[in-house]
Amino acid sequence: MKIVVCIKQVPETQDVRLDPVTHTLKREGIKSIINPFDLYALEEGLRVKESQGGTVTVLTMGPPQAEEALREALGLGADAAVLLSDRAFAGADTWATALTLAKAVEKLGGADLIFTGKQAIDGDTAQVGPMMASIMNISLASWARKVSFNTAGKAEVERLLDHGYDAVEVDLPALISVTKEINEPRLPSFKAKLKAKKEPIPVWGLADLGLNAAEVGLAGSFTQVVKVFPPPARGTSETWEGSPQDLAARLWQRLQEMT
Amino acid sequence: MSLILDAEKCTACGACVDSCPFGVLSLKGETLVIGEGCTLCGACVEVCEAQALSVPETEDPSPRPGVPPGGVWVFAEQRHGVLAPVTRELLGEATRLAKEIDAAVAAVLLGDKVEHLVPELQAAGAQRVYLAEHPLLAEFLEEPYAAALTELARRFQPEIILAGATYAGRAFIPQVAANLKTGLTADCTAFAIDPEKRLLQQTRPAFGGNIMATIITPRTYPQMATARPGTFKPLSSGSSADGQVVRVEFNPGETAPHSRFLATVAEIKERVPLAGAEVIVAGGRGLKDAKNFKLLEELADLLGGAVGATRAAVDAGWIAYPQQIGQTGKTVSPRLYIACGISGAAQHLVGMQSSDFIVAINKDPAAPIFQVADVGLVGDVLEIVPALIQEIKKSRNV
Ligand SMILES: Cc1cc2nc3c(=O)[nH]c(=O)nc-3n(C[C@H](O)[C@H](O)[C@H](O)COP(=O)(O)OP(=O)(O)OC[C@H]3O[C@@H](n4cnc5c(N)ncnc54)[C@H](O)[C@@H]3O)c2cc1C
Ligand SMILES: Cc1cc2nc3c(=O)[nH]c(=O)nc-3n(C[C@H](O)[C@H](O)[C@H](O)COP(=O)(O)OP(=O)(O)OC[C@H]3O[C@@H](n4cnc5c(N)ncnc54)[C@H](O)[C@@H]3O)c2cc1C
Ligand code: SF4
Ligand code: SF4
Repeated sequence: MKIVVCIKQVPETQDVRLDPVTHTLKREGIKSIINPFDLYALEEGLRVKESQGGTVTVLTMGPPQAEEALREALGLGADAAVLLSDRAFAGADTWATALTLAKAVEKLGGADLIFTGKQAIDGDTAQVGPMMASIMNISLASWARKVSFNTAGKAEVERLLDHGYDAVEVDLPALISVTKEINEPRLPSFKAKLKAKKEPIPVWGLADLGLNAAEVGLAGSFTQVVKVFPPPARGTSETWEGSPQDLAARLWQRLQEMT
Repeated sequence: MSLILDAEKCTACGACVDSCPFGVLSLKGETLVIGEGCTLCGACVEVCEAQALSVPETEDPSPRPGVPPGGVWVFAEQRHGVLAPVTRELLGEATRLAKEIDAAVAAVLLGDKVEHLVPELQAAGAQRVYLAEHPLLAEFLEEPYAAALTELARRFQPEIILAGATYAGRAFIPQVAANLKTGLTADCTAFAIDPEKRLLQQTRPAFGGNIMATIITPRTYPQMATARPGTFKPLSSGSSADGQVVRVEFNPGETAPHSRFLATVAEIKERVPLAGAEVIVAGGRGLKDAKNFKLLEELADLLGGAVGATRAAVDAGWIAYPQQIGQTGKTVSPRLYIACGISGAAQHLVGMQSSDFIVAINKDPAAPIFQVADVGLVGDVLEIVPALIQEIKKSRNV
């Protein structure tokens, strides 16, 4: 089974906060991490490999330092990694990101299974995976909490929807996005970590993927961010102190006045 | 392509350095250095008072085509013949937007034996309903839903498509956008129309609610967005139910489908569902124990509301994941939200801050939750909630 896992390097969002007055970000030195959901995608890829045989290749599109994320993934047990990096990729929206990733999977010779995280915690769109599946014309199962394989060689996926969990069957090749319920990611192994340090990581740019500059990055994007601003502050609040009984009585009074 | 710095104008004030969410900018002495990893998000451009920074203009490879005739569409999400509440909310918003561009509002209803929902859609604002019924559409699956909506959009050319940012919507709408080769903005909380350019301005939170971004789809049609459930208001008065119904064949194609629905393996059972609840009592780590959530249930029952929770409480196993509110849980906007022992992390706030009235109970007067609360009670939640329950019972003589 050829398995590809898409991982994204993201800033640790808890540290990001825009100051409502100055519009500057308050942060205590932003650390870059692998998008937390993508660790579950990687773990699932590794588990499928362990049960079904095959290889796991991790793929990321990002600036040169995104190589760190790939090394971390190799340290967790991925077999190979490819970095998609080119100045032309900067400013990609989800479509341009999905197109670039899809071309890379094609260049890898295709895949039987592609895993992505549920969403990236910075862009937060959850759009890249479904778009990749469309571009590659393969099956899609979103929000998986369980993946297994039946005797017909098809994947059975239990996935979250608003009403609960549905089981669906998808033909391979398929792209599956995973939620945190699916597994418990492993810790890096010492041996793999050592190997990860030395493993060569190819870097593919625009020309390697057979794309032209108008198809990728900001130029290839259909959406455009025109404004970034802090969330609106809410109205003035009152803070009350006192004994629990007093507070409860005042609050109930207030709530009754509301209706 | 990279960020453009006009070194002449730059005063090395450093304001932009702190504004970059990706830590790309730094000051080396008196020169601003643009490092690797710029996503051209424009955050720094906004803060530079000297106007020294700019994002490169993209060359339009193709000029914007003429306005398509199909108007503003809302994907009418339903399951087993029951409409998702977000459908009515979006029809309300679509009606408002359509007025500004003098366009018609249409609903797209996909499913099996769902025709009975047409009058409901019309009353909620749909002037036209596109209806496709097929057994393959009986249960939600990305493949047939994406195929059906793509096909309809190709034929009837909408200018705008809105859909709920539900699990289903967020799974298949990106596929429709990819098929139509157009932009899609995720999980929007506000829309506006730029009247001059007739562009839909789509505003959404990102970075777990720490940043808001306004996004446009300037070169292609339709302009597509998913929108947060519980954020937009349905029409208050029903419109007349005499619109047009356009029945269309759904043709799944020659080949057998690549995905099949097998079964619903678990239904999420909620006492009062969070979605659409008028009152929500939510608990966090400050409740300290699963059994204390019983207190919240009792309070919620008295107020006719639902119980919600933070991720910390869900992770602790005190309450099930479907009750989680926030970035990676549900978004709610009840009339009354009572936050009990919740610190107010941005990832939680993003899911509840559009509630009409927020009460926070926390023993730490510096907890960030107080900044979004209308009324903050400083004290022990395990004392205040029981006292409140007593108070309510007393006033109702029970
Ligand atoms: C404030 C802001 C708002 C934005 N809003 C939108 C918007 O509404 N619509 C839009 O089209 N674009 C938007 N973008 C651009 C978008 O963030 C980027 O296109 C980004 O590269 C991918 O989107 P995401 O982070 O939301 O990923 P998601 O779609 O949430 O990611 C899902 C999964 O796809 C995989 N993946 C995502 N990116 C990569 C990558 N670079 N390399 C490898 N795997 C990856 C991961 O497995 C990840 O878990 C926005 C950007 C900013 C800064
Ligand atoms: C990618 C990502 C996604 C996330 N998604 C979500 C999400 O969807 N939803 C979500 O909620 N969180 C989410 N989080 C987690 C979020 O960052 C916070 O960790 C979480 O919301 C904190 O929950 P809490 O307020 O219950 O706990 P804490 O932050 O520990 O706060 C507990 C509060 O209780 C108060 N307290 C303690 N004892 C008492 C008492 N006896 N009486 C009164 N007050 C008391 C304390 O003063 C404190 O303010 C996410 C985080 C990440 C990184
Ligand atoms: S904000 Fe503008 S003037 Fe200040 S350092 Fe940045 S580019 Fe220079
Ligand atoms: S455009 Fe965005 S990512 Fe690039 S330097 Fe400015 S703030 Fe940072």
